[in-house]
Amino acid sequence: MVLVFFSYFALVSIVAGVLTVALKHPVHCGLALLALLLHVSGLFILLNAEFLWAVQVIVYAGAILVLYLFVLMLLNLKTDDRYFHSSYLYFLAPATLGSLYVLALLLRSPFAGAKGDAPTVAVLQDGDTYAVGIKMFSEYLLQFEVVGVFLLGAVIGAIVLAKTPKPIKGERKG
Amino acid sequence: MVPLSAYVAVSAVLFITGLLGVLIRRNFIIVLMSVEIMLNAANINLVAFSYYLESMAGQLVALFIIAIAAGEAAIGLAIIIVVFRGKISTNVDEMNLLKW
Repeated sequence: MVLVFFSYFALVSIVAGVLTVALKHPVHCGLALLALLLHVSGLFILLNAEFLWAVQVIVYAGAILVLYLFVLMLLNLKTDDRYFHSSYLYFLAPATLGSLYVLALLLRSPFAGAKGDAPTVAVLQDGDTYAVGIKMFSEYLLQFEVVGVFLLGAVIGAIVLAKTPKPIKGERKG
Repeated sequence: MVPLSAYVAVSAVLFITGLLGVLIRRNFIIVLMSVEIMLNAANINLVAFSYYLESMAGQLVALFIIAIAAGEAAIGLAIIIVVFRGKISTNVDEMNLLKW
């Protein structure tokens, strides 16, 4: 059953990713990106990360994508006839070959390693949100604060950049 | 049971797709969307390894990546608005003010 859900989420997210890159109209690209984000959040559910699922739906699909669509509507773009780069065929074949080689390498490797301290049973006992919270506010407290300062800086930067520049009165000489 | 390499393969395909989008699209907004695809591919990788190697660190880093993506989208779209106000274009080939 998990395999069925995994193949559905994986296939749809890959198709949505390709459509995001390949579609012509920017609004259609945004809607394909929405499908990609929702199906990636489905993959998070399969991996017992329901807190990340909620964050993905609220922050990515709810906030970031709305910001993108808002800017698209604001700018009222016209679609170009040539919407790909002029020499994109030179990228396409080497990228496809290289990614096939990487995939062949990935599917052969075992990925064994040292296990951490959060087995599935322990996570499922109190829920993923509890486990993430305990870890975040003990070991990762400094990183959490740094992310807060970073977001404050991003907000101030966005306001300063997007503000309408005032016309300069009284020209200075010099 | 889904093997870990299946998740890694999905993540690799999505990452290559996003990288191609950054390289071949000419609209700056679509380029930013392709960067979001790449960040999502990295998130799938982190969460999958966090589940299979039984450690919470991957999920925490994925959370931080989502926060970084939010900041990047805000700043990038503000830059797009500034450039669009002056040149009436979001074509990346025409943004060459800092080129020397």
